[in-house]
Amino acid sequence: MARSTSKDAQALFNSLRSAYSATPTSFKIIDLYVGFAVFTALIQVVYMAIVGSFPFNSFLSGVLSCVGTAVLAVCLRIQVNKENKEFKDLPPERAFADFVLCNLVLHLVIMNFLG
Amino acid sequence: MADPENAKEATTLRYAFGNVLSFHSSLDRSSRFLDPSFLCLLIDFQVIKYESVIHEFDPYFNYRVTQFLTKNGIYDFWNWFDDRTWYPLGRVIGGTVYPGLTLTAGTIWWILNSLNIPLSVETVCVFTAPIFSAFASWATYLLTKEVKGAGAGLTAAALLAMVPSYISRSVAGSYDNEAVAIFALIFTFYLYIKTLNTGSLFYATLNALAYFYMVCSWGGYTFIINLIPMHVLLCIVTGRYSSRLYIAYAPLVVLGTLLAALVPVVGFNAVMTSEHFASFLVFIIIHVVAFVYYIKGILSPKMFKVAVTLVVSVGLVVCCAVMAILIALVASSPTKGWSGRSLSLLDPTYASKYIPIIASVSEHQPPTWPSYFMDINVLAFLVPAGIIACFLPLSDASSFVVLYIVTSVYFSGVMVRLMLVLAPAACVMSGIALSESFSVFTRSIKFQLHGLSGSSQVDSGDASSSTVVAQNDAGKAEKTEDTAKERPSKKSKKKEKGIVDKPSLKAKIERRLLVLPFEASIFAILLLVLLGAFYVVHCVWAAAEAYSAPSIVLTSYSHDGGLHVFDDFREAYAWLSHNTEVDDKVASWWDYGYQTTAMANRTVIVDNNTWNNTHIATVGTAMSSPEKAAWEIFNSLDVKYVLVVFGGLVGYPSDDINKFLWMVRIGGGVFPHIKEPDYLRDGQYRIDSQATPTMLNCLMYKLSYYRFVETDGRGFDRVRQTEIGKKNFKLTHFEEVFTTHHWMVRIYKLKPPRNRIRGKTKKPRSKKAQQLEQKEVQLLRGIRGIRPMKLENAKCTVMLILHLPRLWLHFEQELNSEFARMNNRCLLILR
Repeated sequence: MARSTSKDAQALFNSLRSAYSATPTSFKIIDLYVGFAVFTALIQVVYMAIVGSFPFNSFLSGVLSCVGTAVLAVCLRIQVNKENKEFKDLPPERAFADFVLCNLVLHLVIMNFLG
Repeated sequence: MADPENAKEATTLRYAFGNVLSFHSSLDRSSRFLDPSFLCLLIDFQVIKYESVIHEFDPYFNYRVTQFLTKNGIYDFWNWFDDRTWYPLGRVIGGTVYPGLTLTAGTIWWILNSLNIPLSVETVCVFTAPIFSAFASWATYLLTKEVKGAGAGLTAAALLAMVPSYISRSVAGSYDNEAVAIFALIFTFYLYIKTLNTGSLFYATLNALAYFYMVCSWGGYTFIINLIPMHVLLCIVTGRYSSRLYIAYAPLVVLGTLLAALVPVVGFNAVMTSEHFASFLVFIIIHVVAFVYYIKGILSPKMFKVAVTLVVSVGLVVCCAVMAILIALVASSPTKGWSGRSLSLLDPTYASKYIPIIASVSEHQPPTWPSYFMDINVLAFLVPAGIIACFLPLSDASSFVVLYIVTSVYFSGVMVRLMLVLAPAACVMSGIALSESFSVFTRSIKFQLHGLSGSSQVDSGDASSSTVVAQNDAGKAEKTEDTAKERPSKKSKKKEKGIVDKPSLKAKIERRLLVLPFEASIFAILLLVLLGAFYVVHCVWAAAEAYSAPSIVLTSYSHDGGLHVFDDFREAYAWLSHNTEVDDKVASWWDYGYQTTAMANRTVIVDNNTWNNTHIATVGTAMSSPEKAAWEIFNSLDVKYVLVVFGGLVGYPSDDINKFLWMVRIGGGVFPHIKEPDYLRDGQYRIDSQATPTMLNCLMYKLSYYRFVETDGRGFDRVRQTEIGKKNFKLTHFEEVFTTHHWMVRIYKLKPPRNRIRGKTKKPRSKKAQQLEQKEVQLLRGIRGIRPMKLENAKCTVMLILHLPRLWLHFEQELNSEFARMNNRCLLILR
């Protein structure tokens, strides 16, 4: 049972890897950015667990800014992806402009809440 | 007085016909959405009938806060600590008030004044609500247009312009949070649906900003942050997940939580209370679902199955661990993380068991069945038709509106105040229903007029083949009113698939079926127009008669048709502001707190914010205690004046004697010596001769009925419809300083502590003092035979002789008490 599951896991991992390498580089960059943001958020949570949450608003704004940019980057990736039928007539410049606007609003709020 | 009556009737008729005509014509032209907005502004009876005055209780507080804002600027407002209320405690206004309404009105005032239009703050406050009701009507048009189309949008906007439930909270003068919040609510929903339909991140940003405005305005924002996750979950569960859903929901949660945390009232509650947990939970769920769809997209089906089994087996363990931690966290708080008000919404019996203050507010009682018909009238039976029309081509947007109406019907059944949240949903649904039925009838008429060859000219497109069924079978309402949302939506999805699969085949047959006979269509259209006319007449009547009263000024008609105005409240507050010192504290029941601080400008002990139950219970206990105990309590709070509202002379039913049992309950909740059965005779609340002695001796009884018997010789209370029990009594610790013209407000002053204290004082004495006391008693016993006057004289001189050396010896410690006591006795004797 364990052998078959590990073999399955291996096969799964390989197929995932091959499928993912087929994505265009620009999407890989966006995915890297998302991963970085989530990783930063995790670091902040671990730091808070060690040091304590005293300026809680700072902690909240830090974590939520990371999560927020990750979410917005995912939205950008969805809108720019040619394979999505719903967004095929959305010019990528418009998607990027929306992304920048939303980020601006997000960071304005973050700056205000950071304290 | 006949002319105004006729004029009013004439305007009513004019409104009815005018509105019906514009109703009909605006359905054909989609550009005239201004009509409904004007309708809102036209129905403004309150200013015509009374004057431009602020209503009720809460608006007075908002008005006072706005005055402060316009006078002192935003930084002082943000940091304002109010010491004129909740007397010894004060209140942090900046941190406990929802700033949206005051900031909105303040901004309007500031813009107008900088343009040199000198409107006073009061005018701006009074008219903020009607302006925002016009905006709300516009927002309803936009929302319904996103769901069904422009025709439905116009109808819904016209309905909202007049619906009595919304008018009741947005008359000129009703300067309360809901005036702005309902507009923010509808606008936020519109932007959410727009994002869902277009998938544009721009609208998602706007949605978050509109949600921020809603959080600033009203505590009911928790409705949005729970309804939207519920809808997202519904879409996921019914298989309608799409990337547009992700774009609509995920940025809203992150930005929305941050923006909600920015508002001081909410602060960290945005991440720590149970009201927000639903949004986080669904946030996690939607990410999991999105990830699953992504993996499904890039893997082959076989590998996907392998992935699923692997993940499920591992993920289940992790999931259980996380859930266990979460449940432990939540269960550790006694209310499971919910606030008292939210809990009382979810469990309607909660408030009456645990929090009598929430249970005692009249707006928090469940509504009666007739109030549904009063408040949303004809819409009450158009809503089920609208729900069915929403299902026929079920889209994300229409499923959202169905969910909205179902939840708002439930909540309106819990609290009558939430009928206000039901009103826009009902208008949207009814607008959809009316628009669909109108389009079916007009299509039938067109078809019939052009004859059989006109099948190509008939409009195609909407698969509304069952709207005919919808109009005839209103009894299908049961299908939609259930809690398992999956079943009807799955059924209708299958129907939709069936329709989509065979469009061309069925189209011709459907179009044939759509057509009704000519006469039936004409008759049906006439009936619908008549329905609209009834609705308009009812709304205008409701707005004029029932909801235009400012409740601070009361009117009644005498038998010769003359109008009699009861302006007692303002009379009393004016008296207070002119005849008392600025620092005097006034105690009354919490209903009148806001008005007293705003109009009389005096410090109060408790007010309508009711955040401190113990403080209110203290005042309640004082009102329920006998005079001396009440005097002690009020004296400890530095109270100078006590205000009671009494309606027995004129028949005003919401006076303090009618509210008295709530004072007993709230007081008894904190101070166990106040027991409600002590005030009831055989379980009945009475104030006549059969009332219990506790009732007849309590402060509220005495302050209400002091000298009442002088009015008609019998003391007949018009509200309770009996003669009072105790008629001739004197007040020992209070004195009456003002009673208004109709005896509606009575103000009493606390008498200063008595100079002469009979008998021994309760203070602990030193041994020497006790010995002196004994010597004094012996001496007096010795000279007993003397006449009383001379006895008192002898007492006085004896005391002087005895106490003089002590005074010299114990100058600092004993001087005050002993000397004063001696002095008082001498003064009393020698006067």
